[in-house]
Order: sequence, then structure tokens, then C-alpha cells
Amino acid sequence: SAALIDMSMMSSDVERLLIQFQDEAGEPLGSPFDVPLDITPDKLQLVCNALLQKEPVPLAFFVRGEAEVVESLRVCVKALGVETEAVLPVVYQPQAVFRVRAVARCTSSLQGHTEAVISAAFSPTGKYLASGSGDTTVRFWDLTTETPQHTSRGHSHWVLTISWSPDGRKLASGCKNSQICIWDPVTGQQMGKTLTGHTKWITWISWEPLHLNPECRYLASSSKDGAVRVWDVVLGRCERILTGHTQSVTCVKWGGDGLLYTSSQDRTIKVWRAKDGVQCRTLQGHAHWVNTLALSTDYVLRTGAFEPADATINPQDQTGTFEELKEKALQRYNKVRGEAPERLVSGSDDFTLFLWNPAEDKKPLARLTGHSALINEVLFSPDTRLLASASFDKSIKIWDGRTGKYLQSLRGHVAAVYQVAWSADSRLMVSGSSDSTLKVWDIKTGKLHTDLPGHADEVFAVDWSPDGQRVVSGGKDKCLRIWRR
Amino acid sequence: MPQNEHIELHRKRHGQRLDHQERKRKKESREAHERSHKARKMIGLKAKLYHKQRHSEKIQMKKTLKMHEQRKTKQKNDDKTPEGAVPAYLLDREGQSRAKILSNMIKQKRKEKAGKWEVPLPKVRAQGETEVLKVIRTGKRQKKAWKRMVTKVCFVGDNFTRKPPKYERFIRPMGLRFKKAHVTHPELKATFCLPILGVKKNPSSPLYTTLGVITKGTVVEVNVSELGLVTQGGKVIWGEISPILSNVY
Repeated sequence: SAALIDMSMMSSDVERLLIQFQDEAGEPLGSPFDVPLDITPDKLQLVCNALLQKEPVPLAFFVRGEAEVVESLRVCVKALGVETEAVLPVVYQPQAVFRVRAVARCTSSLQGHTEAVISAAFSPTGKYLASGSGDTTVRFWDLTTETPQHTSRGHSHWVLTISWSPDGRKLASGCKNSQICIWDPVTGQQMGKTLTGHTKWITWISWEPLHLNPECRYLASSSKDGAVRVWDVVLGRCERILTGHTQSVTCVKWGGDGLLYTSSQDRTIKVWRAKDGVQCRTLQGHAHWVNTLALSTDYVLRTGAFEPADATINPQDQTGTFEELKEKALQRYNKVRGEAPERLVSGSDDFTLFLWNPAEDKKPLARLTGHSALINEVLFSPDTRLLASASFDKSIKIWDGRTGKYLQSLRGHVAAVYQVAWSADSRLMVSGSSDSTLKVWDIKTGKLHTDLPGHADEVFAVDWSPDGQRVVSGGKDKCLRIWRR
Repeated sequence: MPQNEHIELHRKRHGQRLDHQERKRKKESREAHERSHKARKMIGLKAKLYHKQRHSEKIQMKKTLKMHEQRKTKQKNDDKTPEGAVPAYLLDREGQSRAKILSNMIKQKRKEKAGKWEVPLPKVRAQGETEVLKVIRTGKRQKKAWKRMVTKVCFVGDNFTRKPPKYERFIRPMGLRFKKAHVTHPELKATFCLPILGVKKNPSSPLYTTLGVITKGTVVEVNVSELGLVTQGGKVIWGEISPILSNVY
């Protein structure tokens, strides 16, 4: 505090301003503070950290919650045209303490699949990598040597979707012949029976979150036949069938509050109670197929009890009893969720996105327009502040995760953008496109960070490992590429 | 070998033996035994010929039996999974119209590296001067015949300016100057109208290449930047070589 007082004494002839620090929810921190107009973000950070009296964390500051303080407060004030007489609210946002480094080179091109790679995913700790392909196999890859580890055969048609359980011990894969298989990543063997029941292909699989059930026993699957089934993996049978949609269900997400969200080609989104399968709400508003859903807590539900900040060079399995894991996962979930309930974003063929508060309201919070072609994927950033939408109009748009306000457009691809993936610290994002390149974008500057060419054909699947070290991409040229720093 | 129908006539008049059917049946059933006896006991050339004939007969019989057997059982269609795997988000959509562009582009590039202007060309008829160039008579008495006018479609670049009329030997009429070409992608069956960048080679004569005359089989470079193709190295492709195959006379 002595240093701060010195600082304010020295520049007594400069214009000063009264600011009130506020957190994201609007709660004021301390009392209004008198600062010179030329103050920079680092000095603001010092002041704020002193007020917070906790471990110093990197912070970002937004004047009145809108304009970010990049160079100095003066620039922001001028840009906003705010009068300097009243107390100015400055919102502080803690950024991730750890920093993920951008990937720059392709360390290996994993061949093995005999048909196009359609889905690829890292396990929640980043230890295992699995990929599903059109040759009906699911392959597990060893990341330390970047070589194939297991080839799991069991499906009879293209493996359309794969999903890791939040504890990283099981992988569920759904195929075009409407079968779901559970695999053990350590041995590559199938666990339990093949789950049959759907009549048409599986479009999405979502596990029950770890903090609701640390055994990772239940999963929900959506299919083109319009039904959503909740399966018990241990007994190998279908617990519940949720019918209601009249056309193909394109996406199902199991929320952290015990609600299931499903989107469908019949232009509606339905909210169900996971416990008894009762439909709570139907969210209407879209004018065409709803392609994709994203929950604000997606990333934290995916990683479960694993904290990316604690990642080590060699990813480890999650250890601990069920109670410990559940406790950790619950803590992480509550931290990310905050006070407000989960937010849901849906992207559709009608070129718009809707931001919903599905647990409470039937009406959307905001309609996000701007794209000129259908939206293929939406994804919240891990800290839930930003939202990225990848569209067939070759651009990616970034929106504010809370209000839905449009922030920026990332252009660079020359063909449809298929998938995006955020890095664990929400500062970088990688996108894979039909033009066979991947691009890493720096969100802070809004510019292209690295261009990653190398695939010979369209890139169908992209994923960034939760420990931030690797990016995997798989595509039509049948090979899987791993990118590292 | 009866020469007349007296056997039939006798049968018609007097009928057959009372046990005729019985004897016929028994004789036929003995046939198998007699045949096998013959086959075992025959020797010499006769045997060789007989065995050869019998062998081919047996093969034929086996084939027909197998055929009959196959028809009885219903075979499930091939379990091979179809080609063209796409992720779930592309399943209900029409096949990508640019599906094959990239792979073809790579093949094109490889071909380019191999032999510069090698494009699959049908053998073209070399066109003589009298076809492509027309003699223009000049002079007070229309006796001088050193000027030529191109009678085929040609391409002149953007920065083309005519030479002074007194010195210009080859005239390329404005009506025959084309800037754009209809380019058809053979796999996609889609045609694009793309601006021409230049004439690479005219198979009839290097003179036509320098003049920019476009006849059948001419290799032309077109601007494909609007198609949005990308190389494996990440660069955007802006030019492509293709031959003129049709609608040029």
C-alpha cells in the first residue's frame, strides 16, 4: 500500500478519476478509488490484487463492463465518452493463472485408419486419445510415443461420435448402425454389452456429470430416430427413453443441475429432468434445424475433477475415492457456474444463434445474428465468458458469453469451418475447416496466431487436450495429426 | 436305323408288350451299373476317349448342381461398409460440392511437377496456316499481301496495345478476343466461368502460342481464386492449367 500511496502522490498534477472495482456479478470491491487517468492495466492489477488480499492473479479490466482497458484508462474513457466527474465502475475479471502455449508444429501424423477419421477426443486428463473413423474401428493412441496403441473393433458401420466419461476411464462410441459400445482405454477391450435400442444412427453421446454421480454410470444418447435414451452402462440396458421430438435429435447435453437439453431438426430444443425423464420445457424460436448446443459449463463437466492448472507434463490418471473426486468436481463446477444458472446456446441452419437460460425461462436471452451461412458448431470458452460459433460462411464469430453481444469475427479460412476447440485458459482457440487447414486464433487480439496446414483433405474433427499441450485433428485423408508447441 | 416307320406302325397297330413299362423302368435303373461296369473294364484308346468325355460331363453336372443350390439359400448383401464416411453433422446434408477438388488438385500438382504442360489431351489435328490466318491485301492497288488476320478465338493480355497499323503483321480482331473461359470440373460436373490468365501452349505451332490463338487442344491458364482452393502447404491457389476441349472451331 505504501508503494501505491507514493504513486498517487507523485502524479498529483495529472487528471484523476474515481473508479469503483466491481466483480462480474456487480458486487463492489472496496470503496471508490482515486487513480490517475493514465493508469495502465498492470498498475490496476496491483491495486485490485491488494484489495482482494488473496494470491495475486492476472486480471483483465473492463470499464463499465464493456470496453477493455488495454493501454491506459484514458483511452477507454475517451472511447466511451464518459464524464470524469462521476464514479466509474470498472469490472475486474480474473484470468486463468496458467497460460497455454500455442501449438506451432505437427509432431506426428498418425496413420492407421483405413477410412476418414470422423471423430477425435482427448480424455479428461489428456492422458489418452481416441478416434473414431469410417472404417468402423475406434483407435486408441499412445501420446508419449505418438503411436497406435489399441484398435477396437466392434462396430459395424461408421463410428460417428465418441465421448469420454468424466473420470476418463471409459469411452462411449456411437455408430451409424445405431449401436453404442463402451471401451476401456487401458486395454482397448469392450466393456459390457453393446447397447442397442435406437433405430437410426447415433448423433451425440453425453455422460452424466461426475459431481452428480462419481461412478460414471449413466449416459444419454441422441439419434436420428427422434428419441433420446438414457443408458445404464454397468447393467447394459436402457433406463429411460425420452420421446417428444418429431425429427432427428442433433445434440444432447447433460447439464450439471440434473437437466438434459436436446436439440432437434424439428426446430425446437427440449429441456428434460434427468431423474425421471419428464419434459420440463420446450424452447422455440429457431426457423430451421437446430444443429448444435453448447452449455456454459461444458468444459468443466467434461474435465470433471481434473483441474487444467494442475496439469503436469506427463498426464496422470485421476486418483482418489469416489467422494474425493465428487467433491473436487463439485467445487470446480460451482466455481465456474457462479451464481447464475447454466446458460445454453444453440446454433442453427437459419444462420442465427440463440442464448437461453433454459432452467428458468422459455424465452431466449438474446438472438445472435450475423452469420451468412449455417452454423456448424458453437462452443463456450472454458471460463464461460466468451462464445465461439463456427459456420459454413468461412468465418468464426466471438460473442460475449453472458449477454450475447457480438465481439469480433475471425476470418481466414477459405472454406466452411467445421469445428473449433478452446485451449484450457480461454486465450487461444483452434479451428478446423473444410479447406484442410487448422488455424490457431489469439482471442485477445482477435488475430490469427498460427496457420497449421498439413492435412491433405477436409478436417473433420479437432480437439485441444485439457492439459493444453496438444491439439489433435483428424480428417478425410484418414490420418490423425498431433500438433504441439 | 429304321428307314421307314414300320416300327411305329407296328406299335400303333398292335400296342406294346404288357410288361413294357416295367422292363423299361428296370432297364433304366440298371443303366448306372452298366455304365460303371463299362468304365471300369474298358481299356485302350477307347477308354481314354470315354474317360475324357465322362470327366467333362461330370464337371458340367457339378456346376449345375451348385447353381441350383445357390438359388435355394438367400445370401445377405455384402457387409462391406460404404465409402464416403462423413461426420454426424454432415450426414443429412447433400454431398459437398467441392468434395473432390482438393484431391484432384493434389494429383494435378503432382502431374505438374512431373511434366509441365502434361494434361490429358486427345490427339489434335494440327491446323495449317490457311485455316487460322487469313491473308489481308493492302496497298494502293491491293497487291501487297504481307498482313495476316487471325480467324480463330484468341487471348490478348490486359496490357495489350496494338502496334502501329503500318507495322502490324498479325491482326487480332476485337470481336475474337476473349477474356473468360467456361471451365468444367470433370468430377464435380460443375462449370465455372473463369478469367483466362494466359495461353500456355498451342499444339499446332509456337507462333500461335505467342499470338495467343486458342484452338482445340490449346492449354490455357485460368484464374481459380474464386473457387477457394488451398494447397497442402496452406497457400491459396490462384491459377490452374486446363486444355480447351470443346466449342472451339
